[in-house]
Amino acid sequence: MIKHDVLIVGAGLAGMRAALEVCKELDVGLLTKVYPSRSHSGAAQGGIAAALGNSEDDSWEEHMFDTVKGGDYLNDQDAVEEYVKAAPEVIYELEHMGCAFSRTEDGKIAQRSFGGHSKPRACFSADRTGHAILHALHEQVLKHAKSIKVYSEWYMHQLVVEEGRCCGVVVSNIRTGEVEVIHAKAVIFATGGYGRVFQITTNAFAGTADGAIAAFRAGVPLEDCEFVQFHPSGLYRQGILFSEAARGEGGYLLNGKGERFMEQYAPSRMELAPRDIVARAEQSEIDAGRGVNGEDYIHLDLRHLGEARIMERLPQIRQLGIDFIGVDCVKDPLPIQPSAHYSMGGIPTDMFGQVIIDADKTPLKGFFAAGECACVSVHGANRLGTNSLLDATVFGGRAGRTALEYAKKVEFGKINGSHEKARVLDQIEEIFQRDGTESYNQIRNEMKEVMMDKCGVFRDEENLKSCISTIQGLKERYKKGKVTDKGQLFNSELYEIVELGNMLEMAEIISTAALARQESRGGHHRTDFPKRDDENFLKHSLVYPKDGQLELKYKPVVVTRYQPKERTY
Amino acid sequence: MAKFRIKRFNPEKQADPYYEEFDFEIPEGATLLDCLNHIKWNMDGALTYRMSCRSAICGSCAVKGNGHALLACQKQAAHLLKDGSDTITIEPLGNMPVIKDLVTDFKQFWEKIDQVKPYLQNNEKPPAQEREQSPQQFKKIDDATTCIMCGACYSDCQVLAVDNKFLGPAALAKAQRFVGDSRDQATRERVKELSKPGGMWDCTHCAECVERCPKPAEPFYRIKGLMESALKEGVTNNVGARHALSFVNSVKHSGRLNENKIPIESMGYFNIKGLLDLLPVGLRMLLKMKIPPIIHKPIDDVKDVQRIFEEFGE
Ligand SMILES: Cc1cc2nc3c(=O)[nH]c(=O)nc-3n(C[C@H](O)[C@H](O)[C@H](O)COP(=O)(O)OP(=O)(O)OC[C@H]3O[C@@H](n4cnc5c(N)ncnc54)[C@H](O)[C@@H]3O)c2cc1C
Ligand code: SF4
Ligand code: SF4
Ligand code: FES
Repeated sequence: MIKHDVLIVGAGLAGMRAALEVCKELDVGLLTKVYPSRSHSGAAQGGIAAALGNSEDDSWEEHMFDTVKGGDYLNDQDAVEEYVKAAPEVIYELEHMGCAFSRTEDGKIAQRSFGGHSKPRACFSADRTGHAILHALHEQVLKHAKSIKVYSEWYMHQLVVEEGRCCGVVVSNIRTGEVEVIHAKAVIFATGGYGRVFQITTNAFAGTADGAIAAFRAGVPLEDCEFVQFHPSGLYRQGILFSEAARGEGGYLLNGKGERFMEQYAPSRMELAPRDIVARAEQSEIDAGRGVNGEDYIHLDLRHLGEARIMERLPQIRQLGIDFIGVDCVKDPLPIQPSAHYSMGGIPTDMFGQVIIDADKTPLKGFFAAGECACVSVHGANRLGTNSLLDATVFGGRAGRTALEYAKKVEFGKINGSHEKARVLDQIEEIFQRDGTESYNQIRNEMKEVMMDKCGVFRDEENLKSCISTIQGLKERYKKGKVTDKGQLFNSELYEIVELGNMLEMAEIISTAALARQESRGGHHRTDFPKRDDENFLKHSLVYPKDGQLELKYKPVVVTRYQPKERTY
Repeated sequence: MAKFRIKRFNPEKQADPYYEEFDFEIPEGATLLDCLNHIKWNMDGALTYRMSCRSAICGSCAVKGNGHALLACQKQAAHLLKDGSDTITIEPLGNMPVIKDLVTDFKQFWEKIDQVKPYLQNNEKPPAQEREQSPQQFKKIDDATTCIMCGACYSDCQVLAVDNKFLGPAALAKAQRFVGDSRDQATRERVKELSKPGGMWDCTHCAECVERCPKPAEPFYRIKGLMESALKEGVTNNVGARHALSFVNSVKHSGRLNENKIPIESMGYFNIKGLLDLLPVGLRMLLKMKIPPIIHKPIDDVKDVQRIFEEFGE
């Protein structure tokens, strides 16, 4: 059995930032199913928010207000306050580590505008901000190799919880296929989002809800899962992201008639309204037949920015267009459509990264979470762009600190290693033994399609009910699939099947929570309940596992400085 | 109909690698990764490769397509069907052991990254806010920081194919990212370390890595940057740097290379062992009649060459 004081699952921004905190005093294992530098944080393009005031006066209060308004008042404001106050220091710390940032003429970190932020607040490194930060953190992890043991290409299957305390995880070494138990005083999950549940998504193949579902199966509820952000500018059919920075730099959105249609939806902010609003505007145009050529896409037009500015600020976006669809945005507009992008919901934590399992803030001892897999909730019903790299960095560090303090105080818990291991071995064996005729690929595609069509940008009761029943049907069919590869060595097919099982579970949780929320707020829009309903729904949803079914509960939202108001832009 | 000819290897089943063909019509706009997924999800679930972001940013999916390393997700499959051929050959990256099918072992690749101390070194207490860096200084590291550690350059580097002690393009590019960073204080130690055997001077300037790099990182240009930094720092007491200086002197002096003198100056006149090591090379060249004429005549327009050097301040 492998042992670490603290074991972290996930090595994106949140996981690595946590590891750098824990390694100051304790021994830490950092486990990830892809190499750390291949985590999806690296795909983030646009920026990371902080009220540095480098190009215009700014304050944490304004950052907080924008975040709360952007989140349609579902954010827990005590957490938001801590988070925006911590932002500048976190950015300076990344800079000191060596992160490369674009600069102003006087040598300071440059900042640009982003949707929903009232000030230019996004610190950036050209259009590769996530990549720059991910690599800067990875460099520090390599520097501290003595105290951080990295397990690259290891897969986490399940959480070990004994007597109300988390004591480790069961994992596979992907390369050898060996199943192992890792015993730890504290476990931190930083496993990222789950956009892969949807057909059109900006997320990597690795974004499959493993962490959230492992927590759920250990009895932890999942919070606010109905809130999924659809990004307005995913590449048509593929979802590959064209950063909001393209609009931040001045790009236009045009419908099939060549009109800047945002005039009808958010006249004051136009293209830079928050994402939920822009995505709905696009979908409305498409649904009304005003997509380009009557198809399911609209145009992102950058031509008026000119080649020089595009090359300076958006070089990667230009290259993506050329590589993936042969469109050079200097000469032609890019075809885009709303794409599942960010999971506002996830594993509930307090503002210190401690996982809490109910409205009374009861902790699951020894279990912490941060980054996109967690729900603090600082984003409420809709996350503002550039706020999630900040979330992963701030709360990654905090979860690391909290786990460290906890692990210093306690002994290793009791653990029945061989029993835990046998459970996972049995699951794998069961998958190998299946001899059905169903195609996992088919099941995966059907899940993604139904989630996109019926639980996407626009939702209603009838569609959601039908979506849930389709997903339940798919879960049955999933048990009757067939494997080709029964080997031990680097069996990527096996992990894809396990991931599909997780995604089906997640899809049911998302659509069930969406059905129950009979209002429209932020990223969740019900055409049958088009208004926000603070009286009945100013509350967080919690979905629990109960006897193989789902059980819904709620907990109140923390409102401190800003009383809910109507949200217009 | 396109043929995907894929190099398969699964030591659990069969000791030797073999090629297997999969035929299907390439869907319009499909990347090579889309095609691999099509095979895995519809034809043979055991086909094994790495992937994650499918947007050319995570560096997982590098493989060889028709003999050259590339990112599967960045390449339109149809573009690999050149000159009317209907076959695309896909193989694992080179210069690394293969684990299974298209999955290679990156252990050595990462060990070499580790060797170049791939992190900012600056012992001063940081200021309360950011360290200042001008846009021009940022520009100097901008390209180098785009490396996604995909290994494409490493796979196709000719020197690595014969000498696996060579640090290789990616590690050297990573090193230059810090040497070029106005905030890093270890330039001199870094270039000294990188001037040892296996370091920057072992690169043969073939620029293959520039061709293969899917990002603006383009390692050979970074290696040239390292060489410039080494000469600027006066770190010249090594074979490579002396070779470069001798080259410059020779051209300046006579307008052409004195190939007899260069190898000797590069090894250092007092480096007896090194000179002896060179001897067989000279002898072999002589035997093959490849040795340059013993008397080194200045070419006619040597004045012009000298003027060029003056213009550039050497
Ligand atoms: C294309 C794109 C662009 C974005 N741009 C921005 C932006 O400009 N600004 C912004 O603020 N936000 C942006 N976001 C959102 C932001 O990037 C993410 O929310 C954030 O990076 C998440 O970081 P993380 O550390 O939580 O997770 P990730 O970086 O996704 O890391 C997850 C980690 O968990 C590991 N993992 C998962 N499951 C397992 C398992 N079963 N076993 C072992 N390991 C596992 C993975 O290997 C990985 O290391 C963007 C997102 C996308 C998709
Ligand atoms: S230029 Fe140098 S590093 Fe690049 S491939 Fe050629 S020998 Fe290798
Ligand atoms: S330098 Fe280029 S080819 Fe080499 S690892 Fe980096 S991105 Fe890949
Ligand atoms: S899948 Fe990430 S680079 Fe190709």
